[in-house]
Amino acid sequence: MSAVQIDVKYVAHLARINLTPAEEQKLSTQLGNILGYIEKLNEVDVSGVEPTAHAFPLVNVTRADDIQPSLSHADALHNAPAKAAGLFIVPKIVE
Amino acid sequence: MLNQLTISALSGKLAKREVSAREAAQACLDQIARVDAQIHAFISHDAADALAQADAADKRIAAGDHGPLLGVPIAIKDVLAAKNQPLNCCSKILGKFTSPYDATVIEKLKAAGAIIFGRLNMDEFAMGSSTENSAFGTTRNPWALDRIPGGSSGGSAAAVAADEAIATLGSDTGGSIRQPAALCGCVGLKPTYGRVSRYGLVAFASSLDQIGPFTKDVRDSAIMLEALSGHDRRDSSSVPQAVPNYSAALNGNIKGLKLGLPKEYMIGGLDPEVKASVAAAVKQFQSLGAEIVEISLPHTDYAVATYYIIATAEASANLARFDGIRYGARVDGADPIALYGNTRGQGFGPEVKRRIILGTYVLSSGYYDAYYLRAQKVRTLIRQDFLKAFEKVDAIVTPTTPTAAFKIGEKSDDPLQMYLSDIFTISCNLAGIPGLSLPCGFTKSPKLPIGLQLLGKPFGEETLLKLAHAYEQSTPFHKEKPPLN
Repeated sequence: MSAVQIDVKYVAHLARINLTPAEEQKLSTQLGNILGYIEKLNEVDVSGVEPTAHAFPLVNVTRADDIQPSLSHADALHNAPAKAAGLFIVPKIVE
Repeated sequence: MLNQLTISALSGKLAKREVSAREAAQACLDQIARVDAQIHAFISHDAADALAQADAADKRIAAGDHGPLLGVPIAIKDVLAAKNQPLNCCSKILGKFTSPYDATVIEKLKAAGAIIFGRLNMDEFAMGSSTENSAFGTTRNPWALDRIPGGSSGGSAAAVAADEAIATLGSDTGGSIRQPAALCGCVGLKPTYGRVSRYGLVAFASSLDQIGPFTKDVRDSAIMLEALSGHDRRDSSSVPQAVPNYSAALNGNIKGLKLGLPKEYMIGGLDPEVKASVAAAVKQFQSLGAEIVEISLPHTDYAVATYYIIATAEASANLARFDGIRYGARVDGADPIALYGNTRGQGFGPEVKRRIILGTYVLSSGYYDAYYLRAQKVRTLIRQDFLKAFEKVDAIVTPTTPTAAFKIGEKSDDPLQMYLSDIFTISCNLAGIPGLSLPCGFTKSPKLPIGLQLLGKPFGEETLLKLAHAYEQSTPFHKEKPPLN
């Protein structure tokens, strides 16, 4: 088992998680070791094997398109970190 | 002491009006006041609300209503939505979140008249095997306060072991019910994938997660499973299959049932006392009339690696919703991207960040086929191992964990070692089959519980419960209580 190199800064950006330099360094070692361990899956012959996404795949799960009770406007906004006039407040997106 | 009773014993007394639901709830609250400063199974509880629910149950009982859960105090893991209760997943990122609705399992338990009280400690977002990853502090094992209770549902297991609740709910993605149940000496059941609705369970890995009960004995596990199970239109992965009367299966007759013993589970790291207890349990099953068959699950050695790709990939997608926009804590930034990064960087703990970043990596461009797709294919092989084995046997028996509870801090700096402690429980989730852990002995010094795991066919919970019940009734281990002062 050998450690794998991983660009933690780049992947953390993809995941939208800001890390401190100390965290980056620690994660780089830890994830390298974990990925090194995961390499053992390369020993398995998977040719001709179908992937499993769900153990019991149910296909075409549908239901009648009828109106059911749902969250009220007030309930949906109840936990908002910032709100005004019945809306979520977010930083400016468009200049 | 009413808080020490099982569900079946308490509901018998409630039905005969020997005791009231208020007295039962008060007994649990008193026990929390007495021991929880040491154990820290609960991160919060609302005593007044619990007693109000108890009074409502007493009114129903007085009006002639009855049922196995009517007036029974049940505490829940901090990953399930209960209307107007806080919900934190033991993370900082949810801030002061309170649930706007009930999870389906909570709705079912409330309709049955159970008293839903308390938020139980867990590893943040159910990611961990020790409850050390909680942002609300570590839970301690009631059997030895310097040891972990297991995880991620450590609070759920410790609360049952310490008689702070009659039963509790947890969730199991890679062993998070069975492993803490084993380490705290209670009965923990992970149902078949799709048996219990996941609506209102905060998602970690959607193709692996199931909700299940922690109880003091196997009969209670059957009672709980029957109450929790069933199809739900709000969870498209819930399976439309009739719910059996699980308690009726507990007839003690296991003659002729075939139990598989997988040779791959007798690994080097297996503690000698755990090995001896499991061997004794296998003998006990034989003496009860079960037939033991050696089987092979050849891809066992790849389960942990497969799991840590699939679970982290699904987690990276599921936890994208915690972005500081619609709910939870927000850490501001100059633009939305900075806000997301700040919120998530400061809101998530180290293990959650580690898993999201690992999951993002295995799904990222250029790595998807090498990691995620390959893991999904190995998952197929692991599942086929089980389905082949179940052509020959009715259930499989294994240790739940390689060792009894380890010490707090012992593995917290080495995530890979922590992951490897889940080696016996992880395959069950990948295969989607049901698994149950029950007490099968103790280590000598210190005295710590040892768990026996039974794995069943898809929707084979009746057989699992029947086997577990017959074993339990012929052994003394479930009657032992931790030495709490």
